[in-house]
Amino acid sequence: MLKVVAWVAASIGIVLLALILYTVVARGLSAWSLSFFTQPTPADPMRKGGGVANAVLGTLMITGFAAGLGIPAGFLAGVYLAEIGRTNRWATTVRLVANVLVGVPSIIIGIFAYALLVKPLGHFSGYAGGFALGVIMLPVMARTAEDILNLVPNELRESALALGAPRWRATFGVVVRAARSGLVTGALLALVRVSGETAPLLFTALNSPFWTKNLGGPTPNLTVTIFNFALSPFKNWQEIAWGAALLIIVAVLGLNIVARLLFERGKEW
Amino acid sequence: MSTLEAEVPPTGPRGVAKATPRGLGRFGDPVFRAVVRISAVIVAALVVAILVALVLDSRASLQAFGLHFLWSKTWDPTQHRFGALAAIYGTVVSTVIAMVVATPLALVIALLLVELLPPSVSRVIGTAIELLAAIPSIIYGMWGLFVLAPFMAAHVEPWLGTHLGFIPIFSGPPAGLGMLTVGMILALMILPFITAVARDVLRMVPAVIKEASYGMGSTTWEVTRKVSLRYGLQGVIGAVFLGLGRALGETMAVAFVAGQVMEVHAGWFWPMSTITSTVANSFGEASDKLLLSTLIELGLILFVITVIIQLVAHFWLRRVRASVGVHL
Repeated sequence: MLKVVAWVAASIGIVLLALILYTVVARGLSAWSLSFFTQPTPADPMRKGGGVANAVLGTLMITGFAAGLGIPAGFLAGVYLAEIGRTNRWATTVRLVANVLVGVPSIIIGIFAYALLVKPLGHFSGYAGGFALGVIMLPVMARTAEDILNLVPNELRESALALGAPRWRATFGVVVRAARSGLVTGALLALVRVSGETAPLLFTALNSPFWTKNLGGPTPNLTVTIFNFALSPFKNWQEIAWGAALLIIVAVLGLNIVARLLFERGKEW
Repeated sequence: MSTLEAEVPPTGPRGVAKATPRGLGRFGDPVFRAVVRISAVIVAALVVAILVALVLDSRASLQAFGLHFLWSKTWDPTQHRFGALAAIYGTVVSTVIAMVVATPLALVIALLLVELLPPSVSRVIGTAIELLAAIPSIIYGMWGLFVLAPFMAAHVEPWLGTHLGFIPIFSGPPAGLGMLTVGMILALMILPFITAVARDVLRMVPAVIKEASYGMGSTTWEVTRKVSLRYGLQGVIGAVFLGLGRALGETMAVAFVAGQVMEVHAGWFWPMSTITSTVANSFGEASDKLLLSTLIELGLILFVITVIIQLVAHFWLRRVRASVGVHL
């Protein structure tokens, strides 16, 4: 009896999710063309054509900036939790706070970035958007780094210290180096996750139909473009939105698979 | 060069080793500790900073509407009078629907993956589920708007209205955009999450314990209920809380299919709104300072709810861990 219920449940879930993928592929593939990948987002719905090239570039720039903020800081916090703090009261608090931060809805982080970097400065910017994404990445990276570093056997730490290495060298030269592939995978997965976020960018980076030179003003990005175009009443814009959605799915799933393969291959101890 | 090559200590004039080490010298370790400590402090400071920023920027709304804001149904941009009840109601009810639908399904699927399927199939489906959890929510939103909502409007809601219409929740204009669709799409979104975590938890139950139970003649369901779930209770609760947090904070999927109407109805076919969809859909057009402040106050409310749930999860899990005696 239980087996029947289990199979039915699993089938429903799998069928629905396969349906989603099928829909995105079916509707998105027709939008893919050379111009889709090379032209900027259309500003005039009455004209044909247009693509998402500037949005892709913008997303890459914003995500890169976010990574610069979130990954190093998160990694170092993870080092603290795994190597220095370990079980003391402060480390426990930081761990709890990191978990809370991970659970904060991304749109709230967007409001935070708005309050900090958009309202006082009077204009939207890719920096504000990148900052929001960086704040999202930080606790994720911290927890991932802590988990990965905790997997490194203690013998490695002890041997390094026994050879006379100062704490910082034992940590970075030995432990981190041993955990290298796991850390890279963790960073990659965190990066991929924030690249698909829309809500934090809605009122920080906004969107724009132009090519960006820098992140100092409204910056075109893939996710907000999808949001705007999908909700618009124009068929050609909706088609572009589906094409962009397919692009995101391919990128996200592809990078996830790559990250997993890297992790499997790179285990060293 | 290996960083751990044995270093010859610097020697002084009589061949005696000097006390100061090379490289970063005696500053290496204190700098290291300071730097990582500061990074940890940043994490803690961020939560406080978010709270402060939200409170400061919702001052105008807090002063204008006070505590009354929480249970007021009014939402009138022309009169500048706003109330949060519609948004809060939408958030809570849609989350409850999603949890009720997704949690049993997820646990059963996790059970299937761990107990009932051969390992090779289980691994493939397991990876598929993890990949599905990675799909950005805006994709779910688009699918919901263009596929699910029309389907609900054309088939599901009319059927429910005709056959089960005497139940108050199955009432309202069957337009597809509303509480029921939002609940369904949220359930679909959190299903992979809860499944993945529950599967990991169930996998960690030692085979010995399960085999002992089977050896005494228990059925699969009995082993699951009395052995696996009890052993992995803490992890399963954690998985459920994870899904809960995700459902509460979900923005894009909801923004597409809610209908964005600030009203409270018993019927689930009526268009509605949640805190997240209201902020997402209204922020762009909010040129009115009071409305902006109100939206930020809505964000503050959601932030407080989320933090409270995280803290409850943390302390409840600590108690469960203590009582069950197993560290998972």
